[in-house]
Amino acid sequence: MMKKIEAIIKPFKLDDVKEALENLEIFGMTITEVKGFGQQKGHTELYRGAEYQVDFVPKIKIEIIVESEKVESVIESIVSSARTGKIGDGKIFVSSVEETIRIRTGEKGIAAI
Amino acid sequence: MINRLNYKLIYAISIIFVIVPPLFAETGVNSADTSWMMISTALVLLMIPGLALFYGGMARSENVLSVIMLSFSSMGIMSLQWYLIGYSLSWGSGFNSSIIGGFEYLFLNGVDATPNGTIPHVLFMMFQGMFAIITPALIGGAVIERIKFSSWVLFVFLWGTLVYSPLCHMVWHPDGFLLNRGGLDFAGGTVVHISSGISALVLSIYIGKRASYGKIPMPPHNLVITLIGTALLWFGWFGFNAGSALTSGGLASNALAVTHLSASAGLFSWVAAEWWLLKKPSILGAASGAVAGLVAITPAAGFVTPSASIVIGLLGGVVCFFGVRIKVKFGFDDSLDVFGIHGIGGILGAVLTGLFATTLINEAGSNGLFHDFSGGWHLLYEQVFAVGLTVIYAGVVTLILAFAIEKTLGLRVSKEMEDEGLDFPLHGEKAYHL
Repeated sequence: MMKKIEAIIKPFKLDDVKEALENLEIFGMTITEVKGFGQQKGHTELYRGAEYQVDFVPKIKIEIIVESEKVESVIESIVSSARTGKIGDGKIFVSSVEETIRIRTGEKGIAAI
Repeated sequence: MINRLNYKLIYAISIIFVIVPPLFAETGVNSADTSWMMISTALVLLMIPGLALFYGGMARSENVLSVIMLSFSSMGIMSLQWYLIGYSLSWGSGFNSSIIGGFEYLFLNGVDATPNGTIPHVLFMMFQGMFAIITPALIGGAVIERIKFSSWVLFVFLWGTLVYSPLCHMVWHPDGFLLNRGGLDFAGGTVVHISSGISALVLSIYIGKRASYGKIPMPPHNLVITLIGTALLWFGWFGFNAGSALTSGGLASNALAVTHLSASAGLFSWVAAEWWLLKKPSILGAASGAVAGLVAITPAAGFVTPSASIVIGLLGGVVCFFGVRIKVKFGFDDSLDVFGIHGIGGILGAVLTGLFATTLINEAGSNGLFHDFSGGWHLLYEQVFAVGLTVIYAGVVTLILAFAIEKTLGLRVSKEMEDEGLDFPLHGEKAYHL
């Protein structure tokens, strides 16, 4: 069984999270620059005195596929490395993955992660 | 009848293509002046792409090319207009008029290497032509992200002919009636900045707000580009102001110094004001303040001392800082604050010239109110008169042009185009491919 872990984090926390995951011997991940809002809402920007409410704030989305047994430890390590304690620290979503295929070799399942 | 027409046609063609200007400079042309004016011409030219970048960075990313095109296209429109008719209407004297030039220099007929002052006439024509290109280009900043490009092309041509040329003649030509009343405008406070600033106000109100103005955020998409534009404007302004001496000596050098000091003071005071009142010193504020300082010193550059220029720049920055908020109060969409900076800064500079001008800097000028505390009110009165006349003339003609173009070509793109951003629908291009 494989799981996908999607973590939306503050951009400047990316290196800390990557390091923490490497310590768990997770060496593959995909990241995307994303924008969004949750409880943090947006912020205001000021140009020539005109105030703009910017609703979507920049975040980084990390996607990792792991075998089910590793999920808890990965979540723990992301939470501890990405947390600042202030609003806007982000969220983690976990879902099931049906199949993984390594394109180069055609390997399937956990061996392909 | 036919023969007479043919004769006229042949004569006209011969004027355009056959008459060869004298290739050798006549006596009276000064090499140092000529060199400086060639450099100045190139400096002012660089302000036009500079303006395009200054504006482009403040646009939204799907509109940046259309905004750049508003300014940059003026090179293609006004350079040809200047050759065809603009120079002659601005700087000719065929009509013996104090308001408009004449037809003697159509197609640059007779504009050759003979001296005009101490530089070749053809160089004088080129230097003045750069001002005619940038002035209508300035207006574009007020109507970005919604004006039809075809209408803009027509507007620039007509505005350059009907607004720029008469103002240029009235303010700068030896027969011009504002010049002869005693008004001072060294490098274009009225001719360039007030005329474009007021026209921007009128056109932006007439064309209306962007459809989603005030409903969605419209922050500048790239202030780095805006700062590159600001740097090119500042650099080019040395040619604009110091070149307006038309010579390379002490007057030009003083104009260069006061131009720089005023720009620096404008940068300082705008940023100081926003730091104090809005809590943060911004790069857009620094860029805007520098431009405000440059605008404010433009009419005064050949008549004031360095100390006066610092006062002018400090006031320029702080007054325009508040000036750009007028649109918020009255609810019009002068998108890039052409009125707020060029209109208000230009008026301020023209009035301050009436206070600070001194014949100690320029014997050909006159004394403002503060000269030895005995300059008198005369110059200030003339400055206010010239401002008022420019505001009314540029405003009324722009209103008529806007009305005429609205009724023929239409002024605005469709709502769908506006929502998409104008770069692709109008120009078939995109600035960013991500």
